[in-house]
Order: sequence, then C-alpha cells, then structure tokens
Amino acid sequence: MTRITIDPVTRIEGHLRIDCEISGGAVTKAWSSGQMWRGIETIVQGKDPREVWLYTQRICGVCTTVHAIASVRSVENALRTEIPLNAQYIRNILMCAHAIQDHLVHFYHLSALDWVDVVSALKADPKKTSVIAQNVSSWPMSSPQVFSDAQERLKSFAGGGQLGIFTNGYWGHPAMRLSPEMNLLATTHYLQALEVQRKANMIVSILGGKTPHIQNLAVGGVANPINTDSPSTLTMERLYYVKTLIDELGKFINEVYFKDVCAIGAAYPEWTAIGAGVKNYLSVPEFPIDSKGIACQHPGGYIPDGDISKFQPIRTLQDEYFQKGVAESVKHAWYEGEQTKHPWEGETKPNYTEFQDNGKYSWVKAPTFYGKPAQVGPLANVLCMYAAGHAPTKKYTDLALSTVSSLAGQKIGVGALHSTIGRHAARAVRAAVLYETLQSQWQLLMENIGSGDTKTFNRPEFPKGEVKGVGYHEAPRGVLSHWIVIKDEKVKNYQAVVPSTWNSGPRNAQDLPGPYEASLAGTPIANPEQPLEVLRTVHSFDPCLACAVHLADKDNKEIITVKAS
Amino acid sequence: MILWYGLTNGGIPVNILVLGVGNLLLSDEGVGIRALEVIEKRYDIPAGVEILDGGTSGMELLGYIQGRDALIIIDAVSCEEPPGTIVRMEGDQVPALFRKKISPHQLGLSDLLAAARLTDSLPKTVVLFGIEPMELGTGLDLSPKVAGVLEDLAALVAFELESLGVREVRKARCRKLPARAGSTTLRSTLAC
Repeated sequence: MTRITIDPVTRIEGHLRIDCEISGGAVTKAWSSGQMWRGIETIVQGKDPREVWLYTQRICGVCTTVHAIASVRSVENALRTEIPLNAQYIRNILMCAHAIQDHLVHFYHLSALDWVDVVSALKADPKKTSVIAQNVSSWPMSSPQVFSDAQERLKSFAGGGQLGIFTNGYWGHPAMRLSPEMNLLATTHYLQALEVQRKANMIVSILGGKTPHIQNLAVGGVANPINTDSPSTLTMERLYYVKTLIDELGKFINEVYFKDVCAIGAAYPEWTAIGAGVKNYLSVPEFPIDSKGIACQHPGGYIPDGDISKFQPIRTLQDEYFQKGVAESVKHAWYEGEQTKHPWEGETKPNYTEFQDNGKYSWVKAPTFYGKPAQVGPLANVLCMYAAGHAPTKKYTDLALSTVSSLAGQKIGVGALHSTIGRHAARAVRAAVLYETLQSQWQLLMENIGSGDTKTFNRPEFPKGEVKGVGYHEAPRGVLSHWIVIKDEKVKNYQAVVPSTWNSGPRNAQDLPGPYEASLAGTPIANPEQPLEVLRTVHSFDPCLACAVHLADKDNKEIITVKAS
Repeated sequence: MILWYGLTNGGIPVNILVLGVGNLLLSDEGVGIRALEVIEKRYDIPAGVEILDGGTSGMELLGYIQGRDALIIIDAVSCEEPPGTIVRMEGDQVPALFRKKISPHQLGLSDLLAAARLTDSLPKTVVLFGIEPMELGTGLDLSPKVAGVLEDLAALVAFELESLGVREVRKARCRKLPARAGSTTLRSTLAC
C-alpha cells in the first residue's frame, strides 16, 4: 500500500490537503483536509446587518458577488423585507453573468489542463485543427491562421522556458489522450476564453458599479437609480450594451465551451464511471421573479442516493425544508467537542490537533442535510432541475448526452453524469441554461422599466429584539447559505456554510466521508508520484478553499508538494 | 528598512495602474489596499493614473491591466525580512515571484500576470512594492509595525510615479479622503 499526500500549500499555509491510500493501482481511502477561513463570523459580530455584505464579499477573491448576495438575502429573510422587481432582475443578471464567467474560467483556466496537453499542442497541424473545429462549430475564430497564431504564441512561451500559467502541468502523462490537434484546439480556446470571460465581467461591472467587489447592493434592493433620461444612471444605452455582451457570451458558450466539453468527455469515456462519490445532491432555487422570492426561475431540491424519482423540491427563498435540514458536525474537524449543530447555533471554537486519520484532521466542518453528507455544485443543480422538469435544463442535458454518445460511438445515458467528467458536463449544461436565463432576466428588466416602474429599493425595518434569517444562493460552486441572528439591529451570530465546505468536508458524526473523499475511492492511479487522476476528480468539483490569503513568496519556492510513502 | 531590487527605466508612460491587492479581513494581508487609502489621502492623483482596489481577485483584473503602460502592484510579500520591510521589484522579477502556482485552484496574481503575458497585454513596466507582514490573523487592523510604514510606502509610490514620467505628484493640501466613484461605507470606515 502506498500513501500519498498532496499538499498544495498556498504561499503561506495549507488550505487543501488531500491524502490517499493507494493499493492495487487505485485509491482505497482518502482524506480531505482544508482550512476554510471562518473568521468572518467573528468580524461581523456586533456590526450593522446592512453593512455585513461589504465585509462578506471580501471573504473570497473568486466569489465576491455571491457572498454579497447571500448576506443581503439573510438580512432580508430575517426582516421579511420585500425586494422591488427591478432589484431582483438586476441581481439576477449579476448572478448569471458572474456564474458564467466563473464556469468559463473554471473549465478553461483551472481544470482543462488536467485533460489537455499543452506541450502536445505544439506538434499539431493548424490546418487539420481548423478542419476539426469547423466541422463541429460555427464559431468564427476557427481559421488555420487563428490556430497557427495560437501555436506560435505557445512556442514563444515554451521556448523561453516560461510556460507561466502552464507550469506544474503533468505534460506527457500516460493518462493524457487527446490528439495534438485536439490539444491545440482546446488550448486556443483557452486563450480566447481569457478575452470572453472579460465580457461577462463587464456586465457585472456595469450593473454592479465596480468589480472586483460590487458596490450596488443594499439590504432591501439595489442602489442602481433607474432613470431612462439621465446619463448618470442606468440608461437604455447601457442596458442595450449589456444585451450585446450577453449575446457574445452566448455564442461562445454554445459554439465553443459546450462543444469542447462534449469532445473531451467523448475522448475520456471511462471517466464517466469514475469519481461519483456522494450521490445525495442538494441545490437551492434561484433567480426570483417576484418581490417575495416565492417564484423562482430555477427550481432547487434534494435527491437522495442518486435516485431522481425521490426528488424533494425546494421551491422558495424561505423554504423550511432547507432551513431545518442543514447542520454541521465538528467530530473530525479542529473545533472543540464532537457536536452537530444548526448554523444559527453554530460555534467556532478552535481545537487544533495533529492530522489524525481517525480523529480530527481538517479546519472544514462537515455539513449534513438531514444527517447525510450531500454533494453541491452544477451537477447537483442540473440533476435537481432535470428532476423538477426544468425545460432548458432537459434540453441541454439531452443535447450533451446525445453529442457525447455520437462522438464516442457508444450510448452515454444520464447515469454517466454521476462522475468526474459528469461534473464538467453539468457545468457546461448549466452555463448554456444560464445564458437563456440571462436573456430572459434582461427582457424582464426592460419590460418592467418600460411599464414605468423605476423602483429599486425598499427601506428595511428592524424590529426590537431578536430575529433570525437565512440567505441562500445557488452559487457557481453550489449551495451557499449565510445564517444570521440579529438582536436590536446588530449582528448577534453569523455563520456562512459555503459550497466547498459541503464538498470538501471531512467525515461527519457517523464517520461517513465527505464528497471529495468518497469520490476519490476507486480512482485508478498510473503513477503515485504524479497523481494526475486525483487532481482530475478534485478539480472537477471546482474547489475554492484557497481564497482568503494570497501572499507573495520572494524566494519562489516550490510550493506544491506530492509525497509518496 | 527599505530594500531596493532593480531600478526603474524611466520611460514616459501616460497610462498607469496602481493596483493594491490583499484581504482586508486578515490584518496585514490587506496592506496593499490600506496603502491606496494613504496614497489617496496624501496625494493628488494626477491624470493618467488610476488607483484600483483589487481585493483578492485574480482574472477579473485582466481587463484593468490591459492597455496600461505601467503597472504598480502593492501587496503583502513574505521575504523573511523584519515585519514592515518594503521590498521593490521590477520587470521579470515580479512574474518570477508569482510564477509558482500556489494551489490547484487559486487564481492569484501569478495567473493574472501570466494571462496578461499570454494575451500580449502585460504592461511594459511592472513594479511590485511588497511589504513584509507581521500579523495575518483575523482582523481589520494592520499591526503597528506595518501601519507605521504606510507613509513611506505612499511616498515611494509617488516617487515611482514621478520617475515613470508622471509630472507633479503633489501632496494634497488637505488630508480629507477624496470622494470618488466606488468609495463605500466599508472603505471610508476603514480609512479613517
């Protein structure tokens, strides 16, 4: 038996550490140990609940917008504040655009290189690459010249010994299987996606006032004044510019991202049987289209044991079934005691021990839904929306499965989604669905403004005494919930249960492994010194633990270490 | 103590971004952003210079970097020097500093600079002012050692701007925090 420890320490301290026991060429047991930063709970205590979102959006560099949204929703939920329609639509557009940007960056810039060999792309024939691209896609930037230019650019990087972004890839690993042309195609799209993601970011910037860290939210609505005549407010001209950006995003999602994911899925069909792990899926409803958050465009829900027929809907932003089901266990986390608590009663009392295989080994608590670990993220979201009969989700899921089936020459069914590659497919499906939602939300906003409604804010009223609220959001990485207890207009308790906590959590009170841990069991490993396969599965969740600190290290030390013993 | 790594090459850029990065919630980790607050308070920011609070973002900042003649980054840097030490680096030293990827996911400055280079949009001049932190625990306040160098740091950035060809980076007459688009309750609370 071999034990490997992958410890991708950030510039100063560890955030996510993965340990695997390997036997007979496959992972037999895994541990996920993370340091999710919990200090936000302490910082916001005693603060004005209306200001908390300004702090929470600083928790993370990737997910600023989502922590801002969940925070204002928690206060609105506690106060039963209704939100003007314009504010809902503007928030919805922000959330959609942010999620699309996040999904594009995740696929191309964070995880595609687990499947795509950049060095092999240098050997590709740009003309053949162009033929492949034009056969499957109407994307205009697919000429031989485009691919040849991209290849030249890569060569100049590789030649200078500066693969930069591409360092630390497992180039030439036996588990890399794409042809040089497919590698060039995907790498070229990697470069194009750098430009395209900016368009999504521009939408966030126009409506959010500024990125990073949007400025337009308020408990009770948004701070965007709408005046169709004044140039300093949200004007028709700016809104039409947003529409142009939306359309440009849609073209890339449908003609490039979606098709690339299908092609990579078809090239690695065995990965549809690897990496399922926890098959309890949790997702929350999103994109409210009324002032109370009762009617939502995207349904949420819970699927136990991967059985879609047992789907339990979560319909509104005030859903009791969700509120009552969430708890966090600290039995295997570095906190005092072994208790399982509801977030409103949550405590954060550290108790660091060494890494104990059978004891405490992570800073991440283990969240559970009615006592069970649950997987969150685009796969959970897509499966729940599929189960709820959401038409665009059904359309794009079926399209993805039929495309992969015809490319791979074998029937790939919905069951294949319970896998490492299934998480990528679901993210691409979700991006395509989000594009339709984005169009629809833009239309709703225009029609509402057209009807003469320019209201964007309702002043929140604070009662004396204590009130509790929860704000949840189906974020790019899955269910995010902020839980607040307000006493006399001040924050008494605050807990954030973030998507990566659900997925990267350690064993729970019943010693059941969390989603990362469960998904790694059975993963084949060609070479324990280069555990690319482990990274493929962990990356497929889009982990986001290293978000709190980034500190430079002058001596340029080799920081990622893989130890096999 | 101030350590200088490399010298400026004195071009005449007209479009400069001063980018402060870091996490305001982790005491000295937020020094890059706190530095911006002091710079804005002490100096009249001349035309052609933009000051940006980049928070902990990575790729979202690509659009802000593109098209600049020069980029000045202010960040907490771990150099095993005494806390409060200011380190200046320039050119290839900066991406080299950030080159190693730090986690399987994190999109930090390393990726941002590499992406800028890949898209041919890395500014000709890149300068980093790094500050050795002391305290990285949860908290909104800088440690006294680090807070104590903010004035020097602001002066160094102003000097840097002048040596990059920006004329008259003047000391602001009053010490009032200038109002500008994007200033928030959080910023003004923290700045005063």
